[in-house]
Amino acid sequence: MRLLRTLFVSIALLLVGGVVLYAATDGLRAFTSEAARRIAVRQHSVEVPAVTLETQTGAHIDITSLRGKWLLIDFIYTRCPTYCVALGSEFAQLQDRLAGSVREDAVELLSISFDPAHDTPRALASYLTRAKSRGAGWVAARPVDSGGLDELERAFGITVIPDGLGGYTHNAAIHVVDRQGRLVEIVDPGQAGAAMRRILQKPGP
Amino acid sequence: MSVRPRRVGALWGTALLFLALLAPSVKHALEERMTTQMLVQIPLLVLVGIVMARSLPNRVTAVIDDWNCRGITGLVLATMTSLFWMLPRMLDAAVTDSLVAAAKYASAPLLIGLPLALSWPRMGFIVRGVLLVECIATLFRLGWLYLISPERLCNLYLLDDQQHLGQWLLLIGGALFLAIAWKLVWGRFDSLSGAAREPKPAHRGLPSTPA
Repeated sequence: MRLLRTLFVSIALLLVGGVVLYAATDGLRAFTSEAARRIAVRQHSVEVPAVTLETQTGAHIDITSLRGKWLLIDFIYTRCPTYCVALGSEFAQLQDRLAGSVREDAVELLSISFDPAHDTPRALASYLTRAKSRGAGWVAARPVDSGGLDELERAFGITVIPDGLGGYTHNAAIHVVDRQGRLVEIVDPGQAGAAMRRILQKPGP
Repeated sequence: MSVRPRRVGALWGTALLFLALLAPSVKHALEERMTTQMLVQIPLLVLVGIVMARSLPNRVTAVIDDWNCRGITGLVLATMTSLFWMLPRMLDAAVTDSLVAAAKYASAPLLIGLPLALSWPRMGFIVRGVLLVECIATLFRLGWLYLISPERLCNLYLLDDQQHLGQWLLLIGGALFLAIAWKLVWGRFDSLSGAAREPKPAHRGLPSTPA
């Protein structure tokens, strides 16, 4: 009787535990926060908050004023020696490959700095130059206040931690925002093709 | 039935340890690194549950025993809960999401430590052996994964922290393996089975060969 009860409870616990683990990993697909972030966004798009940015030219723009075109957004800091360099060259390639859409004003590349204290318009402009930006269709910008930065980091799921060497470590990705200003897809750096396909799937009117 | 002083002491000790771990500064310090969250904070929370088990009144443990033949139920519960907290995304979420943090603080003592402490004395030799070997294997698997993974598995922690943790896991796994190997070669088998009732020999000389 004791054995039977134990068996019964144990099997029940195994089932409940299995369901919990299945749910906690998005159906065994996401074991890391980074994978979870991608799945969550694909399932429920996230509205990009209205945050004021200062661009590399010193102009102030509201991120929501960019609605109407697709946005490819990455988060960077200009002193970054690793991820951001890779992301920068990837954005430069995207700029070339999407040149047609950029001319039609259907796509914009946006690099947002999470180190606004250091990344002045001048630093941002020099980042674009170093990354070999062709100019049109790629804006680098910093949030004008830290509240705006927090809002953006929360909405996009960006985690920035000091790397102990004066720089930062952060989760790098390309974020696809649709014409309605909703974050709809996050792709790994190195998979710019996937981001591009997502945009070109739905050509402009 | 009067409560024995040892139990009261255990209860106080548990409460104090738990409160200390709950203190924001301690919590923050231990969660600043992946290594300390996994190897200090969570194990201490489990320890809270283990000590708590000693303060349970006999009639409660008697009821639990009725549903915990040979400690199997407790083993299943503790294993499933441990699996959950081994997910890298949960280490992140336990720091950033207060709901997940509360779940960690509640489940590590109540669903891992407590059932383990109540079940271990009731487990048979084989079950204990399988549990220990699986523990070692898990330590090695995770340690190796953390050591060789070129990617950060937690967004909150640095790669060198992750690799550091990997080294520690391999070290602990190795130490546990050596301890068990030692026990198997030179130790007394019956002391593992929990069935040892006979008085201990006055001198522990040469290893006794199992008859």
